[in-house]
Amino acid sequence: MSDAVTHEHHHDAHDHKPTGMGRWLFSTNHKDIGTMYLVFALIMFFVGGAMALVVRAELFQPGLQYVDPQFFNSMTTMHALIMIFGVVMPAGVGLANWMVPMMIGAPDMALPRMNNMSFWILPFAFAMLLGTFFMEGGAPAGGWTMYPPLITQLGDGFPFLIFTVHFLGISSIMGAINIIATVFNMRAPGMGFMQLPLFVWTWIITAFLLIASMPVLAGAVTMLLTDKYFGTSFFIAAGGGDPVMFQHIFWFFGHPEVYILILPAFGIVSQIIPTFARKPLFGYVSMVYATAAIAFLSFFVWAHHMFTVGMPLAGELFFMYATMSIAVPTGVKIFNWIATMWRGAMTFETPMLFALAFVFLFSIGGFSGLMLGITPADFQYHDTYFVVAHFHYVLVTGAIFALMAGAYFWLPKWTGHMYDEKLGKIHFWISVISVNVLFFPQHFVGLAGMPRRIPDYSVQFTEWNMISSVGGFVFGLSQLLFLWVVIKCVRGGREATEEVWEGARGLEWTLPSPPPFHTFTTPPQVDEAVAHS
Amino acid sequence: MLYRNMKHFWSGLLSLLFLFGATVARAEYGLNMTEGVTPLSRNIYDLHMTIFYICCAIAVVVFGVMFWSIIRHRKSRGVVAAQFHHNTTAEVLWTAVPMLILILMAIPATKSLILIESTGDADMTIKITGYQWRWHYEYIEEEFGFFSSLAPESNAARQLKSGIDPNEIENYLLEVDNPVVVPVGQKIRFMTTAADVIHSWWVPALGWKRDSIPGFINESWAIIEEEGTYRGQCAELCGRDHAFMPIVLKAVSEDEYYDWVGEMMVLTMDAEAGADRDWTLDELLEKGEKVYSTFCVACHQVDGQGIPGAFKPLVGSPITTGPVEDHISTVMNGVPGTAMAAFGSQLTDVDLAAVITYERNAWGNKSGDVVQPSAITSIR
Repeated sequence: MSDAVTHEHHHDAHDHKPTGMGRWLFSTNHKDIGTMYLVFALIMFFVGGAMALVVRAELFQPGLQYVDPQFFNSMTTMHALIMIFGVVMPAGVGLANWMVPMMIGAPDMALPRMNNMSFWILPFAFAMLLGTFFMEGGAPAGGWTMYPPLITQLGDGFPFLIFTVHFLGISSIMGAINIIATVFNMRAPGMGFMQLPLFVWTWIITAFLLIASMPVLAGAVTMLLTDKYFGTSFFIAAGGGDPVMFQHIFWFFGHPEVYILILPAFGIVSQIIPTFARKPLFGYVSMVYATAAIAFLSFFVWAHHMFTVGMPLAGELFFMYATMSIAVPTGVKIFNWIATMWRGAMTFETPMLFALAFVFLFSIGGFSGLMLGITPADFQYHDTYFVVAHFHYVLVTGAIFALMAGAYFWLPKWTGHMYDEKLGKIHFWISVISVNVLFFPQHFVGLAGMPRRIPDYSVQFTEWNMISSVGGFVFGLSQLLFLWVVIKCVRGGREATEEVWEGARGLEWTLPSPPPFHTFTTPPQVDEAVAHS
Repeated sequence: MLYRNMKHFWSGLLSLLFLFGATVARAEYGLNMTEGVTPLSRNIYDLHMTIFYICCAIAVVVFGVMFWSIIRHRKSRGVVAAQFHHNTTAEVLWTAVPMLILILMAIPATKSLILIESTGDADMTIKITGYQWRWHYEYIEEEFGFFSSLAPESNAARQLKSGIDPNEIENYLLEVDNPVVVPVGQKIRFMTTAADVIHSWWVPALGWKRDSIPGFINESWAIIEEEGTYRGQCAELCGRDHAFMPIVLKAVSEDEYYDWVGEMMVLTMDAEAGADRDWTLDELLEKGEKVYSTFCVACHQVDGQGIPGAFKPLVGSPITTGPVEDHISTVMNGVPGTAMAAFGSQLTDVDLAAVITYERNAWGNKSGDVVQPSAITSIR
């Protein structure tokens, strides 16, 4: 590749792209669909982030300054739904769309039309969800966990919430089937399962989790719908139903969902650390098995989200032991990443900085997770800001940081331009400092007794909440810098080589940057050295 | 380049520490879990600290190795990357050692849990029922009960843009009208349930929280060792005013406790009296306003206008200006599928008559209707 601006003219005759809106609306190209997923996730990141800022603004000091408590509850609820289903999941699928075919030497996803549909469901589903703000009764305010009976008090937005969840489930399941079909059938000759890059492995496992857990959520919300409108009593105590049963069903979906969010992040970090340590990934086989073990165990720990509902002692003990055991495979992954760094020759470009921050801060979230898994202590921690701190450490400095790392890592491959390294590093340092100012004090207020999901608090929590809000606004606004780096990189910049990074290994780095519209139309021959980084 | 990054890092860390120091000097606030005042809470606190220290020790080792590597194994120092990619001994070790540590943690945790679940042999029982948004306490042996709601001072200050500084209110959001009173040194069994949605009863000083769930009764226990006032809050999201249903628990000596029980029983008898006599409009309005400001104001607001889109207005509404029977039925039975609760089981006949009369004659509603307690009694 030579001139970045006119690169399209250099491709061979087969590389013509459709033009206009049709290119995007009717796209069956994994790269274009991947781009749409990523752009959608980025837009929703700012929508969900704006809601978080409303929350942090209201919590800056005690008393109610800006919003009604009901609207506050809508903010926390919608923030969670958008960040989980509209940001982390679509961003993960977007990266998979872009990278999985290129990593396994396939020309495209196995089911390209379904790929188009699974993306285009999303904007409509979220338009419907956001539309509830303008309905009688307002947007969902019962928490993203939708516990009955509270959630059934929602007004006209209720059926729209349920149908949004159904659509998101359909979209995710189609995406998951597509990834499995692609990896199982379209690997280049010579690429066995144990030669797959770890990012591909984590996505296969994630895809199976999606297929196993999303229908369970669909069932649970359908029962909510019939309870409200069709006279059933699945979860209504007065009719012989059981409100706790919803929580069991929800978290049977919800815990695997947690790993749906974080496993692709593990995959991204497992690509990045070996690249910048210039050393092969340590313990590839144990990484694969540890990921599978985490996924398997995730189906047996759901009740740790609901220790306080009053379970029999035997149940509490079982779920405590099962939860603690997840620390073992998770520890193995952390140790493997550190062993990969050990005696490497590291450089610290932005993707590596985000990946290292991920290892460090995700581990902090892991420690608080282990503490939360200890049932007796959870009787104090549960539903406090300690929990809020915990899951934001694993989801923001975990999942989101890994996605940021992935974006910086692959942007040069996608666009053919190097991003602005200086701006990238500034973005990293502001983010990593502010995110800790934002979430670390929440451990303290949580332990000191501040419940979560409250718009107002007693005055002894003021100082930490102020600090947290300052961190929140700095973190939120600094993400505009990321947006600018991405736009700048798409528009131009130093030309990227095929390999982009000195230590990069794998099929995707043998393609030009940016790759032509169609790649690997003839499958490449894979040897062990190229297969995984 | 790297040197500059490190400088960024240290200056960031320093400014954080500075911020930390400044706030420490300025105010009193918690950093850690309370030790509490019961054997259970101390047990849980010790467990919490044990796990915390173990996590810290692991963190020091793991992050120590990581930062050592980050500092030493960098390309700018001219190192050449090794190419090893597995080591069976290390991998077995770092699987087995964490397992052992986890087992060490699980032993005290199991012991605690067995203790927490030992709810038998209680000296007395209090049944706690969560309502949107207040608590009801029922003393099973003494056969009396009462509602406990957010104190009026806090309630006034917590309204949107109230203009009242929360710092001026004593125990802002942690004060109630009727605290729950218990004796020290007795094993108290708490039974938690709920009338509408799920709540969670939590006083940190007792060491636990327990969900109160409609249709279920959960059991927990405490032996409070020190006299004092202990405060807590609802911990499970229960709708708009989830943040505004605090708990105040007063632990007193046994003598004081029995005095208080005596007073409460007299009050209960007084409240039940009066249901069979005729009340004047003024009497009903005065009582009705009090009931309204405890039970109705959170949704329908002081001016009866409700909250557009969320809670219906009472001013000029078809319920408050229509037939009296429909009004009584709505208040007593609630509206299923909405936040309008069934107050028939929560309020006495006098309270119901008073609040309905009030609603029909307050704000712009001038029906002049008087609903007598006997009218409610006849419907029940």
